[in-house]
Amino acid sequence: MEYFFELLFSGLTRGSIYALIALGYTMVYGIIGLINFAHGEMYMIGAFTALIVSSVLTIYGLPLPAILVLTALAAAVWAGAYGFTVERLAYRPLRNAPRLAPLISAIGMSIFLQNYVLLAQTPDFVPFPTLIPEFAFLEPYGGIVGSSDLVILAVSTLVMAALTLLIKYTRIGKAMRATAQDQKMALLVGINVDRIISLTFVVGSALAAIGGLLIASHIGQINFAIGFLAGIKAFTAAVLGGIGSIPGAVLGSFVLGLTEAFATGYVSSDYEDVFAFSLLVLILIFRPAGLLGKAAVEKV
Amino acid sequence: MLELRAIDAAYGHIQALRQVSLRVDRGEIVTLIGANGAGKTTTLMAISGLVPPCRGEILFEGRPVGGLPPEALVRLGICQVPEGRHVFPDLTVAENLDMGAFLRRDRRQVAADREHLYNLFPVLKQRRHQPGGTLSGGEQQMLAISRALMTRPRLLLLDEPSMGLAPLMTRHLFEIIIKINKEQQRTILLVEQNANLALQVADRGYVLENGRIVMHDTAAALRRNPDIQKAYLGI
Repeated sequence: MEYFFELLFSGLTRGSIYALIALGYTMVYGIIGLINFAHGEMYMIGAFTALIVSSVLTIYGLPLPAILVLTALAAAVWAGAYGFTVERLAYRPLRNAPRLAPLISAIGMSIFLQNYVLLAQTPDFVPFPTLIPEFAFLEPYGGIVGSSDLVILAVSTLVMAALTLLIKYTRIGKAMRATAQDQKMALLVGINVDRIISLTFVVGSALAAIGGLLIASHIGQINFAIGFLAGIKAFTAAVLGGIGSIPGAVLGSFVLGLTEAFATGYVSSDYEDVFAFSLLVLILIFRPAGLLGKAAVEKV
Repeated sequence: MLELRAIDAAYGHIQALRQVSLRVDRGEIVTLIGANGAGKTTTLMAISGLVPPCRGEILFEGRPVGGLPPEALVRLGICQVPEGRHVFPDLTVAENLDMGAFLRRDRRQVAADREHLYNLFPVLKQRRHQPGGTLSGGEQQMLAISRALMTRPRLLLLDEPSMGLAPLMTRHLFEIIIKINKEQQRTILLVEQNANLALQVADRGYVLENGRIVMHDTAAALRRNPDIQKAYLGI
């Protein structure tokens, strides 16, 4: 039973990280219909920014919780700036181009950013400091749930709740939904659609960066290529839940995380990715629009 | 209030408007009639800034506004209800109205305007928590017009408001359009397939054919014109 709970927590932790990344995919897809293949790189850049900022702050001797919060802010802002720039440079000029063009541009951005970090930083794995303090009260349950599991769950729940409130109740959030539903009409009521799209990229990238920081601290090492697999997995989660749907992305992420955790725990860890992608194939066969997605209706 | 001077507009290589000139004075209802594909919708899209004219001038209250982004035009007081209504389907009725007030900061006045519209269209108040996409066609048209009125337009552009509506609903809608014009003093440029109806409510009318204005006159004179009667009024 203890093993079951250990796997459960490991699955939830994975799921919440996937969710932080998957939200960016789904929001961007919802608003401009683009699969942003450079999104995984925002997670990687977030992790690198976090490494640099946290190292500097450690030198100044700040307490651990303060370092964690400041680092998360810095990573979110910096990755947000990257997201903004990528959209401006690589996607906006192709807004009215055939759909394949921005997709190729996105893949190009992904390759460019990976290699940029490889050259500017290092091709090797670098150790990442533990930014999450050990909680004494968790010691008796050490085998089941670690401090970082708990913090990852708490932070991602908080961030997702904040995002939900933003999208549901604020003026900007409503404008984001309006733009996703009918871009032309959004323009006609005076919404600056370009600005809303930029904002979507900034928010999505910031969330991915927070995910990157949390997982880097959990695993303890990063390199320039970590965005690729994380990005593909989160993308899988977004498709699983129904791309374009925000609750779908969260649900898909937890389904994926739990599936991976239980499958590796009870079957074999060699097949971790096989389980993830088999699940995707199954869902796409039986529910092509994803768990919460709407069946696509061609507009005429 | 609004003046188009020899506007050309094109989609890629397909020219949709040639030398279109028209004028709308304060307080008027002016209608633009013509067959499918004559360029009526394109004219409104050019005014709203979605299809910027490639030649010619658009003046609003005497200042050139051609080429301004749609956002700036809404701010100046030009708002369009496009063909097919385009209610945001997954936003509630209340949220749809909020989007009409997107650029406004005067919260108290916004709330008052919303109440006023709820009085004008009680069915919208009843359904204010329902997604816009679940409303009937007529209700969606009321919502689309209300959302446009939330921007406090000085010039309201209406594109085919009667499309897809039952005759009774259409008549009700046109009564409301007259009310908006007379009571709220809003100037209206009306594009309408149903020329008969449009010429009954309008002060003046323009006839568009193949992207050109071929005739303009008072609505009463157009209604009596034998060519118009034959081509557009089915008499």
